[in-house]
Amino acid sequence: MSRIYPDEVAGPYDPPPHAFTDKADREISIRRFEDTEALVEMYLAFDPEDRAQGIPPTTEDEIRDWLDTVVSDGGVNVVAWHGGDIVGHATLVPDFDNEETTLDEFELAIFVVAAYQESGIGSQLITALLGAGREAGIDRVWLTVERWNHAAVELYEKVGFEPSDTGNFELEMGARLR
Amino acid sequence: MNVLLGIGGSGDSFRALEKTITRAQEAGDTLTVAILENPDSEPNPEELVERARTALAEAGLDPDVRTLDGHAGSQLVDFAESEGYELIVLGGGETSPLGKVQLGSIAEFVLLNATVSVTLVR
Repeated sequence: MSRIYPDEVAGPYDPPPHAFTDKADREISIRRFEDTEALVEMYLAFDPEDRAQGIPPTTEDEIRDWLDTVVSDGGVNVVAWHGGDIVGHATLVPDFDNEETTLDEFELAIFVVAAYQESGIGSQLITALLGAGREAGIDRVWLTVERWNHAAVELYEKVGFEPSDTGNFELEMGARLR
Repeated sequence: MNVLLGIGGSGDSFRALEKTITRAQEAGDTLTVAILENPDSEPNPEELVERARTALAEAGLDPDVRTLDGHAGSQLVDFAESEGYELIVLGGGETSPLGKVQLGSIAEFVLLNATVSVTLVR
C-alpha cells in the first residue's frame, strides 16, 4: 500500500509547550504527554457520540490497552491541559507494514472533550503536534476522517493535509512535515 | 439459513471465515463461500479456494466454494440475489495502527447495494 502525499510542506508549526486563552476565556496549556492517569480520566469522560471509527474505546480496560499502543515508543503525543484536567489529546502513531517493519509514515488522530470543542483547542493541538513531530524527524503523516465531519476536515486542510484517497466511506488525507 | 460468505484474502476475511463456520455449525446454516477478487490483498484465488475448502471440510461442512470473477462487490450481490441466499457475510474491516476501523471497498459496495441482509464480522 502506498499513499499519496502533497508536494507542499504542511504547517504552521508550534512545538509545545505553549499556553493560550481559548474562545471561552479558559487558560489552556499545550504540553507533551507524560501523565497516563490524567489521559485515562479524559477518555473515561469522553462522550460516546464523539467516537470515530471505533475509537476511543469505552471501557477502562479497553482504554488502557488502547493507550498502551497509542503512547508507545516511537510516537509523538501532545495534550491540552485546563487546570488539573487533560481536555484534548493529539497523537502520531508509527505505521508498520505486513512484515512489522516500521514505515516512515505516521497516523494522526486528535480528540477534544465535548465541552472544549469549537474553542480553538483543536487547531492549537494540531500545530503543536506537527511541530513536535517535525522536531522528532517525522516526514509523512496520514489520517482518515469521516466525510461528514466537516469541522475536522477543515482543520486538517488548514494545516496542509490534502485528500489522498477519495474512494472510501472515510476520507484519507496526507501531509509532509519536512 | 442459506448463508453466503465472501472472502478476498484480507486478514478480516479470514477471521470472518473462521467465525462464520463456527456459527454455521451451531445454527445448522447452509454455508457457501465465495472467493472474490480483492485488489487490496495478496493471496491468489487458488490458494483461497484451497484454504476455504479445507476449513469447511475440517468443520464437517459441505465444502461449497465458488469463485466469482470481476468486480467483487457487484458479483457477490448478484450471486446472492440470483441464488436466493438469505444473508451475505463479510469481514468487518481492518484496523489502522491507531485502532481506527477501516471498512474495505467490497464491504462498502455490498452494504449500499445488497437487497438481502448483510453481516459484518468483528
